[in-house]
Amino acid sequence: MGMTIAEKILAAHSGKEFVEPGELVNAKVDTVLGNDITAPVAIREFKKIGVDKVFDKDRVVLVPDHFTPNKDIKSAEQAKIVRDFAREQGLTNYFEVGRMGIEHCLLPEQGLVGPGDVVIGADSHTCTYGALGAFATGVGSTDLAAAMALGETWFKVPESIKFVYYGQLNPWVGGKDLILYTIGRIGVDGALYKAMEFTGPVIRQLSMDGRFTMSNMAIEAGGKCGLIEPDETTLAYVKGRAKFPYTFYKSDDDAKYWEVYEFDVSRIEPQVAFPHLPENTRPVSEAAHVKIDQAVIGSCTNGRLEDLRLAARVLAGKKVHPEVRCIIFPGTQEIYRQAVKEGLVEVFIDAGAAVSTPTCGPCLGGHMGILAKGERAIATTNRNFVGRMGHPESEVYLSNPAVAAASAVLGRIASPEEVV
Amino acid sequence: MQLSGAAWKFGSDIDTDLIIPARYLNTSDPAELAKHCMEDADPEFYSKINAGDVIVAGKNFGCGSSREHAPIAIKAAGISCVIAKSFARIFYRNAFNIGLPIFECPEAAEKIQPGDRLEIDAGSGLIKNLTRDESYRAAPVPEFMQQIIAAGGLINYVAKRVKKNG
Repeated sequence: MGMTIAEKILAAHSGKEFVEPGELVNAKVDTVLGNDITAPVAIREFKKIGVDKVFDKDRVVLVPDHFTPNKDIKSAEQAKIVRDFAREQGLTNYFEVGRMGIEHCLLPEQGLVGPGDVVIGADSHTCTYGALGAFATGVGSTDLAAAMALGETWFKVPESIKFVYYGQLNPWVGGKDLILYTIGRIGVDGALYKAMEFTGPVIRQLSMDGRFTMSNMAIEAGGKCGLIEPDETTLAYVKGRAKFPYTFYKSDDDAKYWEVYEFDVSRIEPQVAFPHLPENTRPVSEAAHVKIDQAVIGSCTNGRLEDLRLAARVLAGKKVHPEVRCIIFPGTQEIYRQAVKEGLVEVFIDAGAAVSTPTCGPCLGGHMGILAKGERAIATTNRNFVGRMGHPESEVYLSNPAVAAASAVLGRIASPEEVV
Repeated sequence: MQLSGAAWKFGSDIDTDLIIPARYLNTSDPAELAKHCMEDADPEFYSKINAGDVIVAGKNFGCGSSREHAPIAIKAAGISCVIAKSFARIFYRNAFNIGLPIFECPEAAEKIQPGDRLEIDAGSGLIKNLTRDESYRAAPVPEFMQQIIAAGGLINYVAKRVKKNG
């Protein structure tokens, strides 16, 4: 019987020829990840285990990105725990402010995760690396601590759900819209405990940036991971970038799926997820009445170069609405540099937008763009839960970067076609 | 282990931002986190509950972020266990890892009403509703998870393994 990509990767990492859903395996992990919120707890737990050193100083990656640059004294103390531990352990992949990025933009860019890897990260959006064909999933701090010590972790082999996308993409529709549409169709627990596999001709044509956006939000459907079979696009991305060996896995033709969904993308227009769950999606044309106070463009979902280019295409020669704050966050220093080179940052500043150093800050209501009571934001981030971006009575609408940019200009949720 | 307390009911898709808002994640001190447990769902929650009380919720409890601060806040607030129709994956793992008992039981989640007095046998997963004179049985805890619980959490489990292997 055939296996899915998820099953093949888990089998290869647990020394088995064959695994099937439901089976419990102990798998070697290639890379483990923590940030300034989750790593301090992991480090505390790690020290109780009774080992001196992490399993591999090159493959324990620590990125303080949530409350950095340090937003207050408490955050500074948390970040310091991470920094001290990285120094004490001699970690080669600790990323300091000024050299860092939002973790899920940074790790692929730096070639620290690759196709066929098993990656666990104490951050739920670790599933982003599924776009490279890696089995990557979020865990808590204690699981991270154990994996830092052992270089392995346990998994229940998940069932897989296949999502096939076909048809012609409409203008301004990209990875964000496909994943929002998918979550809207199956719900925030529609893929609970399952591996999601995104496939079909539309995915094959999607850029790496678009693929990262899709895999990033697998967790918003409850998914354990969001895998995309690696191809020439993947190869072009990892070539010259990958710091470790990698393997391309493909699902067998006779692999078993829990369910298969087929979506005709020609029927999908840009999507907007209404508060307070990512599953509350509607076409942008049905959202145009919603006034906004803030537009946030960036994050591990949509902070990559292609996203910034899209936003700049909409904002070029336009002004942000007088009653709107538009805040733009490049995902990494490298993306930031390229955005400067290409003149995107100038477009943003000319339009009256704020451009920030990479940070997760506003996405989780940490800092750098908190909403007051009753305020409303459109954001290219991944969650619109109650209080996610600030006051419990504020609201977040999720969209792609072009829709967020168009909304920033008009002061209400808008389709890019109304602006460009 | 016998757990007992009053039920506090919540709906479905209770996310980790509701359980512990990110604005408080600049600390990992359990006592500090406990004060803000469920704050955005019920601002008075921490001051109203008594030690041993039980959170009862719908489907997909603990969805969203991987923050272990969520089960830590619940446990440190004095909640003895969580009963839900289903749990989000990362929360499920985290709860076991830090020693917060959780029970998947759609029937209990349906029938239990706010304030009902509950008695739960953690070993067998039998949930008794003393107020309504009903009992419900939770889905059995997977064997591997039972080993983690028996060892006193994942870190103790791993520490024992490390020690054994020298």
